[in-house]
Amino acid sequence: MNLDFSDDQKYLQEEARKFFEKEGGLGNARNVMDQSQDADHELWNKIVELGWTAIRVPEAYEGLGLGHLELCVVAEELGRSLAPVPFASSVYFFTEALIKYASEDTKKELLPKLVAGEVVGTYGIAEDSHQATEANIQLNASADQLNGTKIAVPDAGIASHMIVIAKSSQGIELRLVNLQDSSITITPQKNIDTSKSFYKVEFNNTPSTLLGQPGEGWNYIQHLLDQAAILFAFEQVGGSQAALDMAKAYSLERFAFGRQIGSYQAIKHKLADMYIAITLAKSNCYYGAWALSSESSELSLAAATARVSATKAFQLCSKENIQTHGGNGFTWEYDCHLFYKRSKVLSVLLGSEATWKEKLVQNLEKTNTLVKE
Amino acid sequence: MDFNDTPEQAKFRATCREWLEANAQLKADKVHMNVESSLESHLKTAKEWQQKKYDAGWAMLHWPKEFGGIEASPIERIIWGQEEAKFNVPGGIFEIGLGMCGPVMMQYSTEEQKNRYLAPMAQGKEIWCQLFSEPAAGSDVAGLRSKAEKDGDDWIINGQKVWTSGAHYSDFGILVVRHDPDLAKHKGLTFFFVDMKSPGITVKPIKQITGQSGSGSGFNEVYFDDVRIPDSQRLGEIGDGWKVAITTLMNERLAVGDARGSDIEEALTLSKTKDDAGEALIKNDAVRERLADWFCEANGLKYTKFRTISALSKGEAPGPEASITKIVSANKLQSIGNFGIDSGDMAGMLIDDDNGMSSFQGAWLGAPGLRIAGGTDEILRNVIAERVLGLPQDPRADKGLAFKDIPTKA
Repeated sequence: MNLDFSDDQKYLQEEARKFFEKEGGLGNARNVMDQSQDADHELWNKIVELGWTAIRVPEAYEGLGLGHLELCVVAEELGRSLAPVPFASSVYFFTEALIKYASEDTKKELLPKLVAGEVVGTYGIAEDSHQATEANIQLNASADQLNGTKIAVPDAGIASHMIVIAKSSQGIELRLVNLQDSSITITPQKNIDTSKSFYKVEFNNTPSTLLGQPGEGWNYIQHLLDQAAILFAFEQVGGSQAALDMAKAYSLERFAFGRQIGSYQAIKHKLADMYIAITLAKSNCYYGAWALSSESSELSLAAATARVSATKAFQLCSKENIQTHGGNGFTWEYDCHLFYKRSKVLSVLLGSEATWKEKLVQNLEKTNTLVKE
Repeated sequence: MDFNDTPEQAKFRATCREWLEANAQLKADKVHMNVESSLESHLKTAKEWQQKKYDAGWAMLHWPKEFGGIEASPIERIIWGQEEAKFNVPGGIFEIGLGMCGPVMMQYSTEEQKNRYLAPMAQGKEIWCQLFSEPAAGSDVAGLRSKAEKDGDDWIINGQKVWTSGAHYSDFGILVVRHDPDLAKHKGLTFFFVDMKSPGITVKPIKQITGQSGSGSGFNEVYFDDVRIPDSQRLGEIGDGWKVAITTLMNERLAVGDARGSDIEEALTLSKTKDDAGEALIKNDAVRERLADWFCEANGLKYTKFRTISALSKGEAPGPEASITKIVSANKLQSIGNFGIDSGDMAGMLIDDDNGMSSFQGAWLGAPGLRIAGGTDEILRNVIAERVLGLPQDPRADKGLAFKDIPTKA
């Protein structure tokens, strides 16, 4: 039994944690928020220099050719520090999509540039305030031209390329677009977490490249979502732990009625419940990491389980961190709101908790997976 | 990451397996030992099985070699436990003795006593119990008030213990009592072992909310009425009772694991097979949401355990993750039991072996006990907050007071 990361992976995680602390920790997310930036470009450039954009790219395309486990440990630290960079969009989604579904020419053209940071990718799924389904995708692909709109596209301001799901006469397709094309209109969309940026992207006879087979796009995007859900779950666990650490530190320094508030059971039990939620989420994430790294047939179930569990943990920890801080927690000055807002954005970004619970139960319906050993 | 044994672990597992196959029957699916059928026959088979294990060296894997163990590593104990659980063998009688009483005797009794008591304990010839909790001392067990008074070379014990598992069939027990109420709460305690057949001991089964009592629940009240214990049966110094008790309770924490009973599998099977107004329960959105929640908990606990085993497997000390197990599993059990009963609508409350409700009713009735036994939900949250997160203890109103001056009512 070895449900743990290797020493090298743990070292990478330690280095990532030190890196984010050295580079300003939560201050980076706050700067992006206060100065209405689209991302922290300087931090992103340093991440590229560290080689994290190369982790999953095969050596043949100038990458490091490492597995998903290395991404998992980096993801946890990105989550802990709420790093305002397009890592998830470009690495979990875009790079994975190219590795898996792009033609040899496209890989040769784009993967080395992703490694070098010359290309930054993102993804477009949603079109309105409904869950995207195979039936309601409206973005139209015909003769390689796209027409229609994607909303809530993360990082489209800093990204140079994106993948979208579109509908053609052959069904749902996964398509690659160069965002620099003049036919595209990109408009920022306000959102509740301004340490992240989202955009409406309109396509008007925009040229695009098919990834993989026509009609297979829905399966592709489900697979990409499952993979990304596990990496997001690691980010959520990192954020949860940081919120608990913050609540704990405050409960030790704040006195009320002549004693530390952390000595009251009302606070102790609240923090214990946060610890319980994080522990369950983290263990479900490890299950997800195993499924991801071993290309298990349980990937979809593992992804949904990690995702639901981590979404619950981060939302619990971030809201109870505010509560533990009392009035201070409701001020802009304290960092509590950074976690609260990020937890909400992460909880809907790949589809809501309800959507993933439904996915989880669909997996349970299909399989006779037993929890007991 | 993988779920495989190391070559050494695989070899050890094969050795366990080989001996078990030669000496016991593999369990058929879903067969449980019926402890209630006859206590005498259960004790007899349990003792025979224990002796058999002892003769082959499997009785107390983690004990030192001088007392008949093989000094097994934690991971080897887990492997043995996993393999033994696949066989139809009696259990539940010797855990307290081997897990808690044995280690205390090894640490605190005389050489002569070790020679006299440890082997029969390990062979299953003598059964041991633990006498700590009292009617007025549960979570605050150091608040116990059973008295020990010195009389020559003996101590005279008076008072009452409660929730003593197996007292009705035990030969010996470990006991903590108050020798001096003028001292502070934790300072006035002393630790003994006692012959359960001593004059003045009365054992009364507790009837619990499930309706079970005696051999069914296994819990007892134990009354001490001028019971004489020789000073030679004192374990540790006079006044060291709390220190000795803590060693024992640490071992209990390791022993109390998952709440057994209806889990996500049973809830899922019920949801797939039972209908409500012609539609399978699993088609109901409220049911689906709850199944997802329970699965996240059950799966989270499973892989938490795997993380602990992985650490042990590498010879590392496990992290504090396992401290969440009982809180989560006992509450999940209660919630699933409740769901099962509700699924039967008005018939859900009826006791009927054929309506598929009995395991859910059992879960629902038993879960309140599991949320209390071995540390209540509240005490365990304190443990997580204080020992894992490092938060301060609550201020204690009894701090610095002589035990006799501690308030006990408004």
